[in-house]
Amino acid sequence: MDIPYTIESRPDTGLYNAKVGIWLFLASEVMLFGALFSSYILLRVGAPEGYWPHGWLNIPIGTANTAVLITSSITTVMAWASCKMNQFGKFKFYHACTLCLALTFVCIKSYEYHDKLTHYSVKLADGKIADGHLIEKSKDFDLVQKTGFVVLHGHVVDLANKQGEELQKELKTIYDLRSPEGRAVEHKELKLEAAQIASMETYGPWHHAYTAIYFTLTGLHALHVIGGAIVIGFLWGPGSKLWQKDPERFTNRIEISGLFWHFVDLVWIFLFPVLYLL
Amino acid sequence: MDAHSQPATVNPAPPAPAVHDEHFSQHVRRYLFVFYALLFGTAITVAASYIPFGNRAINVGVALFIASGKAFLVAGYFMHLISERKMIYGILAFTAFFFIGLMFLTLASFSDFPRHTVTH
Repeated sequence: MDIPYTIESRPDTGLYNAKVGIWLFLASEVMLFGALFSSYILLRVGAPEGYWPHGWLNIPIGTANTAVLITSSITTVMAWASCKMNQFGKFKFYHACTLCLALTFVCIKSYEYHDKLTHYSVKLADGKIADGHLIEKSKDFDLVQKTGFVVLHGHVVDLANKQGEELQKELKTIYDLRSPEGRAVEHKELKLEAAQIASMETYGPWHHAYTAIYFTLTGLHALHVIGGAIVIGFLWGPGSKLWQKDPERFTNRIEISGLFWHFVDLVWIFLFPVLYLL
Repeated sequence: MDAHSQPATVNPAPPAPAVHDEHFSQHVRRYLFVFYALLFGTAITVAASYIPFGNRAINVGVALFIASGKAFLVAGYFMHLISERKMIYGILAFTAFFFIGLMFLTLASFSDFPRHTVTH
């Protein structure tokens, strides 16, 4: 059975059907990410003063990833333009670049996730907090049996019995790493015996409302990048056979996958400042 | 009618050009300009985040303003919204209405809490 209006435009909409379909899908995507942005606003505005983090993410890495995604957007649109100009070789080249850039984006994001999942916040028995990246964990380390030790590269914060301005200054050494107080913190090797530790957790989604919304938003976005890359990979590989049989239909497919890819870029344009810079 | 929304025709292999190359060369130049503008916008966003405007709300406003400009470039030129069909504009008008409604409800929800209430 032939699918109608894959090439020619419908008389009533003036568009081929897939184009209407992708825009309806993107409309639903706007609401999906909109709901999560709305959650972000609620969490951020509801956070007590001094407890919403700034500078927890690496800005140069985030900027580089933004540049990677923007570059993948131009290669995507150039791949489509190459099809329109009947330059199939160039299409292959540009979309190979898109796929490499998508892989680069996911690799950089994975590195960032790894960084957060090896960053520990350790509540010590004396009420202080040790904060830093895990360097070593002894083989016999067991928090329940109180055996072994961990070594962190970080610093110790004492929030107990502090109020007002003094508390805010101390909080900045953990929560506002872009402030003078946060930048002044000196990190050193901290060997912590299990007996000293009351509890410990990584900077995963469970650690803080910020990490929860960070992992949710960027995780969902990364899934979109992976999904888009799979579709583009198919059209670049086995799906490109259609070019020989029906180039116009193939070009329309490239346009549709491109629209999705640009939307993914568009979401990141807002995620980057919201999560990394503000 | 814009090139990207032109009704296409089926061509035998090897396919003949659907649209004149020179016309698309102009498009390509425009895409490259948008690409450089997006990179420049990213650099400006990062630089602006280091400027102490005195109030963090101003930093948020500046960053979102630049992000909106970048989003306009991506949607307008890469996604061709600058010259699309009415049908697409109609879909997006509905989306914008509900998105704005969602944000309005988010802000309105704060009036449910007594002042100084911590929500987490």
